[in-house]
Amino acid sequence: MEFRKDLFQNERDDNLNVVGKGVQRQDMPGHVTGRSPFFDDHAFEGLLHLKVVRSPHPHARIRRIDIAAAERAPGVKRILRGSDVPVNKNTLLSLINFGKDDEPTLAVDKVRYKGEPIVAIIAESEAQALAVRALVRVEYEPLPAVFDVEEALKPGAPVINDTYPGNYFEYHEKYDHQKLRFGDVERGFAMADHIVEDRYQMSPIEHAPTETNGSIAAPEQNDRFVVHSCAQGLFFSLGTAAKIVNLDSNRLHFIGGTVGGGFGGKVDSLTEPLSILGAMMTGRPVRYVLDREEEMLYGSPRGAERIYIKDGIARDGRILARQIRSYFDAGAYTRLSSYAAIKCTAHLPGPYTIPNVASDIYVAYTNRCPSTAMRGFGITAVDFALEVHMDKGAEACGLDPMEFRILNAYRDGDMKAHRRVAKNTALIECVQVAAEKARWPLSDEARRQSSLTGGGGARAEIPATPIDENGRINRPETRGGRPTQTLPAGTMRVPMTKQPIMEGSTENRPKAPAVPQYEPYRPAAAAPPPVAPPMTAPPPPAAPPAVAPSPSPAPASQHGAHRFSSVFGTRRR
Amino acid sequence: MAKVPVQFRLNGSDRAAFADPADSLLTVLRRGLNDFGPKYGCGQGTCGTCSVLIDGGLRLACLTLAASCEGASIETVSGMADGPNLHPLQTAFMEHFAAQCGFCTPGMLTAAKALLDRNPNPSREDVIDAIAGNICRCTGYEPIIQAILAAARTLPAQRRS
Repeated sequence: MEFRKDLFQNERDDNLNVVGKGVQRQDMPGHVTGRSPFFDDHAFEGLLHLKVVRSPHPHARIRRIDIAAAERAPGVKRILRGSDVPVNKNTLLSLINFGKDDEPTLAVDKVRYKGEPIVAIIAESEAQALAVRALVRVEYEPLPAVFDVEEALKPGAPVINDTYPGNYFEYHEKYDHQKLRFGDVERGFAMADHIVEDRYQMSPIEHAPTETNGSIAAPEQNDRFVVHSCAQGLFFSLGTAAKIVNLDSNRLHFIGGTVGGGFGGKVDSLTEPLSILGAMMTGRPVRYVLDREEEMLYGSPRGAERIYIKDGIARDGRILARQIRSYFDAGAYTRLSSYAAIKCTAHLPGPYTIPNVASDIYVAYTNRCPSTAMRGFGITAVDFALEVHMDKGAEACGLDPMEFRILNAYRDGDMKAHRRVAKNTALIECVQVAAEKARWPLSDEARRQSSLTGGGGARAEIPATPIDENGRINRPETRGGRPTQTLPAGTMRVPMTKQPIMEGSTENRPKAPAVPQYEPYRPAAAAPPPVAPPMTAPPPPAAPPAVAPSPSPAPASQHGAHRFSSVFGTRRR
Repeated sequence: MAKVPVQFRLNGSDRAAFADPADSLLTVLRRGLNDFGPKYGCGQGTCGTCSVLIDGGLRLACLTLAASCEGASIETVSGMADGPNLHPLQTAFMEHFAAQCGFCTPGMLTAAKALLDRNPNPSREDVIDAIAGNICRCTGYEPIIQAILAAARTLPAQRRS
């Protein structure tokens, strides 16, 4: 392994005593002897088994649930319905006050995706619990279903998740998407020689861990419950379960950390609340494990994303403008999709210096299985789309795709679309090394390029950005709002403040400070210091001088001291 | 359904359990005899993590009826080490980092043991073929292949000694 200290000298001070060396993992002896304690590898006297009845409809009103026959069946200890769940509405990120509670543990009045749990059966054996599912009678009134993100956002579409009647996640309780504006893409497109536009559609992807989701909960001494869990975030799951079963968290004793493959699919606490509730209701150990079919069909997948990209490219290969519109398919409930769109926005426009960037990222609800975390969710799909689009851009202007990337790569000192200065960039070097390893011929000029030189200067300018009459960056075209004024070049929309801005419901909490609003620009009074007209195209990187210059200094006011978080507002790094 | 007694040798010890006639060997091993070495991954014979040796042959415990194992000799990963002394395959898996989450490891080791028991000098293709029925969702196949080949190189020396 090669560690390029020349490119990452500011990144860490450690002397890397372990990185690059083989060190035996402490869990290896357990793994090779079959003794690693996965959640299901625990023996309990009197273990009961829990199975759920799931909706056969993607969208339906529940008219009636009849459990009389099921309750009398042999081996059945207890049947649970939504009314038995102490807090039957939750959203995972409520633990950090982000988003509204929108998902029941057991559906009550409506089902919103095929496979949504409605009734839980607790029986002496797994086979009995499975058989009793057929005895639970549920009467449904099927409702029109929506499976397409853009259909879901059209006016008049059936309301899927009543908590969000517009079928979109509401950021800061009022915004229907995450927005990024940097410069003026329309001007960039007008100046471009090539316009490259395309649509990218991802599929939902199941994590398919070899160990399916599951948990065992049992009454313990001291009025507590022990919970053997597959959760990837053990304390996240503990907090979620404590809220749903309405117990103080110190009455739950979670044991886990040995996870048989997770990849993001074991952060949703799919089974823990019902296992614990079962143990509370029966006084016995209760095991709730998804079988393979349930895991594949109803374990939450990576959310499918639809991504539209439009690039404006100059004849010489410089990307002048990039516009992105993306729809993240949350499925029927939020889970972690709200966070995915934030990550996606933070990632745009990819590792390239582009002077005009606009993106609108929506989280849309559909009648599909709720999606969740999976390996770079929010990033991986958009990166795929961006890099395929880069190849198309290179083709459009007749450039080698590797050289096209080197030409547009960000360099230390460049201004990113989020108004932060790029540092430790190293993309150019990555492309150079990849080309070398793949024996891909690069021109001498491309081989001479460096992330350490050629950046900053005019490339560190913040361009003028159109905004509306309220000082907000302009609304998407679909809403008819037109930009009415311009945020002058070199200025930040959001004033720097140390005050964190909290997200989420304001009920029963002290009122959070309002989202900062830009003071409308008054041309006559308090004019900002004169700035050069906005650079609509980044100047091409200077040819490397014979003598290596010192890395270009970043503007003092921008030097990485602050960052803007869509979740918590502006805060110190 | 009335339970029936079933007796077999498990990792060298005589064991008995009462099983439902429809119970799989996997259920009886895990929930009846507390041998948690073989894992449940799919219950459909596709993932291989429940692999065991029945009378020396590689079998899927999730698809094998416990009642059909009467009088058989069953080996699981739990009996692979000789007391504190690991089997050469186990040592090789440790040395080659041939496990990530560890959930497929019991099945991989069992499939590898079945291979080396019948073919002490396998080619790379033999190894790939032998673990073709075992899914590693962490996708760490290459270190597993390397570990099995390395174990094959040390095994004959040990047997001769």
